[in-house]
Amino acid sequence: MSGAGNREAVFATRQSLGLMKSKLKGAEIGHSLLKRKSEALTKRFRDITRRIDEAKRKMGRVMQIAAFSLAEVAYATGGAGNVSYEIIQAVRTARFRLRTHQENVSGVFLPAFDSYVTEGAGDFALTGLGRGGQQVQRAREVYTKAVETLVELASLQTAFVILDDVIKVVNRRVNAIEHVIIPRTENTIKYINSELDELDREEFYRLKKVQGKKQRDGEEHDKENAAKEELLAAQGKEAPGGGFADLLGEQEDEDVIF
Amino acid sequence: MAAPPSSYKDRHFLAVIGDEDSVTGMLLAGIGHVTPAPNNSKNFLIVTNKTENSEIERAFDEFTKERKDIGILLINQHVAERIRYRVDTYTAAFPAVLEIPSKDYPYDPEKDSVLRRVKRLFGE
Repeated sequence: MSGAGNREAVFATRQSLGLMKSKLKGAEIGHSLLKRKSEALTKRFRDITRRIDEAKRKMGRVMQIAAFSLAEVAYATGGAGNVSYEIIQAVRTARFRLRTHQENVSGVFLPAFDSYVTEGAGDFALTGLGRGGQQVQRAREVYTKAVETLVELASLQTAFVILDDVIKVVNRRVNAIEHVIIPRTENTIKYINSELDELDREEFYRLKKVQGKKQRDGEEHDKENAAKEELLAAQGKEAPGGGFADLLGEQEDEDVIF
Repeated sequence: MAAPPSSYKDRHFLAVIGDEDSVTGMLLAGIGHVTPAPNNSKNFLIVTNKTENSEIERAFDEFTKERKDIGILLINQHVAERIRYRVDTYTAAFPAVLEIPSKDYPYDPEKDSVLRRVKRLFGE
């Protein structure tokens, strides 16, 4: 028997054997389900990492174009300082905002960002009114596109972080069931079985003993009777049938005591 | 397991920490937001050579921990580099921290905290 440490503290009874067996079955079902969940999540996770990689590269290109359009603005308005200053001072409320929604991947809610632009001209209606208005307009469009790309990337990244956590938790559970719960339950079942077998053997041995003792006593009794009958026969058949009287249970068997 | 919806449904804004050009561009796209008078807090920080690291850290903490209305924090990679240990130890899902390239510093995927995690996970 394996070490007594790695089993649950139960009494070796048939009832707990049944309990352990159903527990083992439950653990096996849970293990296969969790394993499948983990695989589904990992598949999704790999997909996301690949998309993050792509999106990061795309972001590099988009930001480059955006920076160039800002340089155009600076050129058209005569010096980057003025227009930056004007823009920074004019900021009041956000025109470009986020909305979150969630997606369900095998029971895990993954939040994702959506971007939307509120109505109205925004804070920079007068920016570039004197010079370079067209360039400012263009830079604005380009940057809006760029930020949209960034929002997409941020959604992927959030999903990545959350999925990473969830996959860790699920894998930990799968491993715990596989390497701790199932072996321990199997050990307990083995232990209970061996204890029950032991009890069976003890019982069997006891019965054998009882039978043996009874047989021995019976033989002795027979012998005594035979001796008595012989004695009677030798005395001359005075009492026919008298020898049978004992056998008909006028006196009871003695209790057997070990 | 996953984050509860309450932790992200009120996050409407983006925040940006970066050099003047990047911030100007982002503001032009319309992400800038200044809360009304009493506590006039902006959701952007312009970093120049004179900006102290402690100031960047303070802004980073404000955008990631204190303000609950920010969903995405954009940070220039060269600025993130200055508070790299902070960015690397930041693991929460909300707000998402995104390192973006700037005009003067090309984008280096090797330094990105998320891409480094991706790499580590796949053992490359």
